[in-house]
Amino acid sequence: MAQFVKKPEKKFVDIGLDEGAATLTTDMIQQVISRVLKGETSAYLKAYVDTCVSCGLCSEACHYYLSHDKDPYYAPVVKVKQTIWEILKKKGKVSPEFIKKASEIAQTECDLCRRCAMYCPFGIDIADIILIVRWICYILGVTPQYIQDIANSYSVTMNQMWIKEDEWINSLQQQEEEAQNEIATLRIPVDKEGADIMYSVISPRPEFRAQFIYKAAVIMDTAGVNWTMPAAPGPDNSDMTMYTGDNEIMSRVKKTHFETAMRLKVKKILISECDSIYDIGNKWLGWKWYPIEIVNSIEFYYELLRDGKISIAKKFEEPVTLHDSCNVDKGSALYKMARYLINATCKEFVEMHPNREHSYCCCAGAGVINCGPHWNMKQMHGSKIKARQLAATNVETVIAPCHSCYGGLEDVIRHYKLGMNVRFLSDILYECIEKPRVVIDV
Amino acid sequence: MLYSNSWNWEIGTRLVANTGNWKTKFEWVGEPKVSPDGEKIAAVVKIGKSEFSVCVNGEIWLNHFDRIWHAKFGPDGRLAVLVSQKGKWTVAVDGNTWKNRFDYVWNTMFSPNGENIAATIRQDRQYGVVVNGELLGNMFYDTNNLTISPDSKRTAAVVQTVAFRKGDIFKFQEGCYTAAPDGKAWDRNFVNVWGLAFSPNSKNLAAEVRTSLYDYTVAVDGALWQDTFSCVWAPVFSPDNKAVAAPVRVADKWTLAENGKQIWDRKFFQLWGQIYSPDGSKLAAIVAPKFGKWTIAVNEHPWITTFSDLITDVVFSPDGNSVAAAGRDKGLWTIVVDDQSWKDTYDMTWQPVFSPDSRNVAARVEKNGYYTIVINGKTWKHYCEALWNPVFSPNGNKVLIRAIENGKYYRRVLPITKI
Ligand code: SF4
Ligand code: SF4
Repeated sequence: MAQFVKKPEKKFVDIGLDEGAATLTTDMIQQVISRVLKGETSAYLKAYVDTCVSCGLCSEACHYYLSHDKDPYYAPVVKVKQTIWEILKKKGKVSPEFIKKASEIAQTECDLCRRCAMYCPFGIDIADIILIVRWICYILGVTPQYIQDIANSYSVTMNQMWIKEDEWINSLQQQEEEAQNEIATLRIPVDKEGADIMYSVISPRPEFRAQFIYKAAVIMDTAGVNWTMPAAPGPDNSDMTMYTGDNEIMSRVKKTHFETAMRLKVKKILISECDSIYDIGNKWLGWKWYPIEIVNSIEFYYELLRDGKISIAKKFEEPVTLHDSCNVDKGSALYKMARYLINATCKEFVEMHPNREHSYCCCAGAGVINCGPHWNMKQMHGSKIKARQLAATNVETVIAPCHSCYGGLEDVIRHYKLGMNVRFLSDILYECIEKPRVVIDV
Repeated sequence: MLYSNSWNWEIGTRLVANTGNWKTKFEWVGEPKVSPDGEKIAAVVKIGKSEFSVCVNGEIWLNHFDRIWHAKFGPDGRLAVLVSQKGKWTVAVDGNTWKNRFDYVWNTMFSPNGENIAATIRQDRQYGVVVNGELLGNMFYDTNNLTISPDSKRTAAVVQTVAFRKGDIFKFQEGCYTAAPDGKAWDRNFVNVWGLAFSPNSKNLAAEVRTSLYDYTVAVDGALWQDTFSCVWAPVFSPDNKAVAAPVRVADKWTLAENGKQIWDRKFFQLWGQIYSPDGSKLAAIVAPKFGKWTIAVNEHPWITTFSDLITDVVFSPDGNSVAAAGRDKGLWTIVVDDQSWKDTYDMTWQPVFSPDSRNVAARVEKNGYYTIVINGKTWKHYCEALWNPVFSPNGNKVLIRAIENGKYYRRVLPITKI
């Protein structure tokens, strides 16, 4: 089914890296690095350097390494050697060109998938180290243009797509109208104080993938859930600034997210297909864990089905496979719940191998897909192993539990001409559940 | 308090509307809203295909619209909703629309005295603020964070004054946003502007600003505090209008600054939501003395009672001697007053309300799917399907309870001794 066509790398310019690095001097870099690498961060990195024996066992975990035919350049430990290790060795006295390259490695050659941590005999988490590299590069003003633009969007709108308040509310109203063509009484309750659940999404542009909101609305309406959506385009449940190293905006987005839940007096926040809410922002703010309970959509839909709040009217005919996303807690029950949902809704489920916490990353996560189209080829070359995995299932539908994975898988499928399509779990549920109150207005 | 002197404070219970019936009368009924004096209950209702109206105490407005949402009662009891007809939007107040129509209107806001209604609008791809339907000042590339002054006469918003293309990260960093009191932009721009606050006399405006990607500070009427910080949160003015206080992050810890100078010696893992006592002699704030522990600090001294999850809805008593807040500990909510938590826990609590004489504290709470009122930790033994915040009578002896029980909306005035 699949043809692996490797396209040549293109030369390109990223003004975020080039112009950012052009303003730097070695002295400036050293000053910033000595300011950043102190206290806990410095102790953490020292412990890493003292612990890592450069055994390379982590290499077999990394999809970049595997996708590049085991080119050592892409080994996790080499990413560290090329960045923080060198910075520590030179006590921060590195060149602007070095910082530019470090930013490129940290932002476009590592998805923070944490797979390598499972393969390291000492449990070293390369992702945490790469996050520190991103942080240093951000403070030095050397971040890829597109993801920096996304960070700017968060700072103004609290969402990643520059969606303004009016566009957001209008988009929810359009989604509601669309859903009412199917269920006349259906509502998307906006800013409903005291609802049980606040549905928090990655704010889509009205013209781009917004339909997942109305499908979720149909599921919630059918299940009789007391829910609401905030009347503001932010907080977005994704927070890509945690991937650029802008901790201040990252925490502002998180603060707004939870304050919105507190304002609406909801008991839980349901996050749409996304696994990027993990808890760096909460911790920066002083919250040990989420101050208001967060429910992943997989768990939410699982409970609706398990508790009989929704039932299955028909099964999805085509065989499907599932991509397990990386930031779902490794080893968590969500893997099981996703399979429960798929087995209940689909006639045939084909596992990808390896799967669950060992699944290969889609190569889009942690901001890699957000670095802009000019880095896209790098992403495609890094996802060759994923393409092989997808092709080996011999099915045409892959289910993605996360928006970034969804976009990443679409890119992989297109690039490697796999002839597959990507669906959210909510798409499948929406198609298969019993909708008892289907009334068309006349 | 402004209007409550003129409300009916006669003790007793009155059935205002049989709201349970509405669901059978209309295709669907929106979330009910109740007037501050409890005399009216209203909801957006669907009366036909793409035809909506508002039902107030069982009566339907004569005007019908293609879409209605965001019903909101003002302090004076007027009801404002956002309405759309033939693709144009405006505000309808007690059934009468503003004469001007816009491409979009949202975020209606009543002034504290209820006389003025402000909203954000979009017209011909430009954004601005309208008051009672009339444009105030200029239009901008974006307008958000609308606020109204305490004297009800002024508005302010965060505005975008310079256009930039998506992806133009350098233009963005030059500063394209500022604050605009009364629709007139300050004469300098910032990378970001958030958290606007008017002074109590409504003459001055403060905002938290980011002057570069890395520098945060407070601007008052466009002039910056002398120092910048690695982060700040929203400022507030002191009651005498002379000081602006804001949380600032210094050396990875948070403290409180006034007019740019740190006034608390103590540093916290986190600090926000600061409020002055009515006489200005005290400052209380939500703080995390340690990672994962939340409490209130009054004049920098943290309470002993801590909460693992969060603290919110902080309020000073009118005499300034007490502070109350809602807190969540290991998933359970309660009210804490002057470092003492109420003994019961709830599934949800709302902002505590002090009586005008500062002697009593009441709060709306939810448990097991029902709502009730708790005063000084004592629970009213009525379990309601819906309930609004309690209001004390001006003399503090009675409490107004607005509740739906068994599908009926009642207005109740009870002596507080009955709870
Ligand atoms: S975190 Fe993932 S992408 Fe990054 S080095 Fe490790 S395995 Fe590779
Ligand atoms: S497996 Fe662990 S110890 Fe070995 S190279 Fe990788 S990080 Fe270092």
